[in-house]
Amino acid sequence: MVEMMQNLIDQIDPYTLQILMNIGIAIIMALGLNLITGVTGQLSLGHAAFMSIGAFTSAILSIHYNLPFSLNLLVAGLTAAFIGALIGFPILRLTGDYLAIATLGFAEILKVIFLNLNITNKALGLSVPPPNTDIPMPFVIFFVALVTIIFMSFIHNSRFGRSLMAIREDEIAAEAMGINATRYKLQAFAVGSFLAGVGGGLYAHVIAYINPSDFGFMKSIDILNMVVLGGLGSIPGAILGASVLASAPEFLRFMQQYRMLVYGALLVFLMVFRPNGLLGGVNFTRLVLKIIGKNKPARAAK
Amino acid sequence: MLLQQLINGITLGSTYALIALGYTMVYGIIALINFAHGEIFMAGAFAGLFMVTVLKINIFLSLILSMVFCMIMGVVIERIAYRPLRKSSRLSALISAIGVSIFLSTLALMVFGADAKGFPDNTIPLIQIKLGPAEISSLQLLILGISAFLMMALEFIVRKTKIGKAMRATSQDYHTASLMGVNVNRVISVTFALGSSLAAAGGVLVGILYNSVSFNMGLMAGLKAFAAAVLGGIGSIPGAMFGGIFLGVAEVMGVAAGYSSYRDAIAFAILVLVLLIKPTGLFGQKIQKKV
Repeated sequence: MVEMMQNLIDQIDPYTLQILMNIGIAIIMALGLNLITGVTGQLSLGHAAFMSIGAFTSAILSIHYNLPFSLNLLVAGLTAAFIGALIGFPILRLTGDYLAIATLGFAEILKVIFLNLNITNKALGLSVPPPNTDIPMPFVIFFVALVTIIFMSFIHNSRFGRSLMAIREDEIAAEAMGINATRYKLQAFAVGSFLAGVGGGLYAHVIAYINPSDFGFMKSIDILNMVVLGGLGSIPGAILGASVLASAPEFLRFMQQYRMLVYGALLVFLMVFRPNGLLGGVNFTRLVLKIIGKNKPARAAK
Repeated sequence: MLLQQLINGITLGSTYALIALGYTMVYGIIALINFAHGEIFMAGAFAGLFMVTVLKINIFLSLILSMVFCMIMGVVIERIAYRPLRKSSRLSALISAIGVSIFLSTLALMVFGADAKGFPDNTIPLIQIKLGPAEISSLQLLILGISAFLMMALEFIVRKTKIGKAMRATSQDYHTASLMGVNVNRVISVTFALGSSLAAAGGVLVGILYNSVSFNMGLMAGLKAFAAAVLGGIGSIPGAMFGGIFLGVAEVMGVAAGYSSYRDAIAFAILVLVLLIKPTGLFGQKIQKKV
C-alpha cells in the first residue's frame, strides 16, 4: 500500500507536488477560518496565530518525542483548539471590528512571545525533522484535507451549523430563538483553531523549517483572502479560493518583482467586480441538481 | 529619567496619534478599517524624503507638499478601491483595502529599493534643550509642535466649519445626513483627504525622528495606530489622540523597563486588556443594539 503510494508520487514531478501540498494545507486553513468568519460571521484577523501554535507544537513533538505523526497532528490541533477556546472565552464577547482587532492583537503578541521563547529557538526558528510516518506526506495532506471537507459539509447541514448561520445573520434574534450564542461562537472558534493547528503541523513538516515571523499579520490576511475571494461561508468557495491563492505565487512567477504588485491590484479589482467573492451567492446543491436535471429530459418535460 | 522617558513617549505617541486620527475618522464615517492607511503614512515619508534629498526643498515646505500629495492619493484610493464597494459587505471593502496596501508597499519597494533611507543630517538643526533633569531636542519639540498644531487644526475643521458639521452629521447617520442635503460623497472625500494628510505629516516626522524610511514601515506603524484608535474608542477623535499618546508612552516606558524585545507586543497587550474591561474603547460610545 505504502509502496504503491510512493510509486504514484514518484511519477509526479516534485514542483507540482509541492504546489499541490501547499493547496492542500491552504484548504484546511481556509475551511477552518471559513467556519469562524464565513459561517459564524466573526471576523478574525489572527488565524495565523493558531497555525503557529500548531506548527510549533508539532515541530517540538517531532524533535523531542518522536510521536507517531497522526498523534502528533492531533496534539497540535488540540493545543491550538485549547488556546483558541481560552482566548475566545473572553474576546468573543466583543463584536465586529473590536473582535477583529483583538484577534489581530493576540496574534501579534503570540508572535513576539514565540520570538522570545527558548523552546521555539527565538528568532532563529526551528528545523523540523521528517514526520514519523510511513505514509508519504502528500497523501497525509490529501487525506486530512478530504476529511476536513467532509467534516465541514456535515457541520454546514447540521443543527450546529444552522445555529452558527443564525448567529451570523442576527445574533439577537438567534438568542431569542434559544441559541446560546456565546457557546456556539466559542465552539466554532475552537473547531476553526483546531483545523489551523493541524494545518500548521502539516505546514511545519512540509516546509521543514519554521520561524515565528512566518506567522505574522500577512499570513492571517492570506488565509482571510482565500475565504473572502472564494465566497464567504461557502465550502466550494473556500476550496477554490485556497487553490487559486496557494498556487497564484507560482502562476505569477513569470512576472518576477511585479508579482505582489499584480496580486494587490487583483484583490482590489476582484472585490470591485465580484464583491461577494468568486463563488459568493452560488448555491452548489441547486446548481448540481440543475445540471443533472437538464440531462434527464423526462424530468424536464414534467 | 522618568521625565525623559515621558518626553520620548509623548513624542512617539503624538506620531501614532496623527496616524490613528485617519483611521478613526474614516471608520467613524463609513465603518471601514482602512488598512491602506499605514501605506499612506509610508508614502508621505517617501514623498517628504524625495523632496528634501532630490528636489532640495526646505523641510517645512516638503512637509506641506507631502501632505498635499497624500491628500490626493487618499482621495484617489477611495474613488477607485472603496467607493464601488460602499454598498457591498464590509469585508469586501476590507480585502480591497488590503489589496491597496499590498500594492502600495510593493510599489515603494520597486521604486525606492529594499534598504532603509535616511533624511540628511542637517534637515533639522539638532539642539538639546535642558529641562530640569531631562533633555528635549529641537526635533522632539518640533514634532510635538507640529502634531499639536495639526490636531488643533483638525479639531477646528470638525467643530467650527460647515464641512466639519457635515462630517459629524454623516458619522452619526449616513442616510439621514444625505436626506438632509449633505453631499455624502464629498464628505467622504474630505475625510480621506484630511486623514491622509495627517498620516503624511506623521510619516515625514517619524522618518526624521528615526532617520529611517523604508517600504515596510507602514505595516507595524499602521497596526499600532489602529490599535491606538480602537483603544481610544474607534470613531472618536479625542480618543484617537489620547490612545496614540498613551500607547507611545507605554511602549517607551516598557522598553526603558527592559522589555525591549517585547516592544511590538506592548501596544497590543494594552489594547486587548482595555477591550476586555471596556469593550468599546476608552472614549467609545456604547452601541445601542436595536431589535
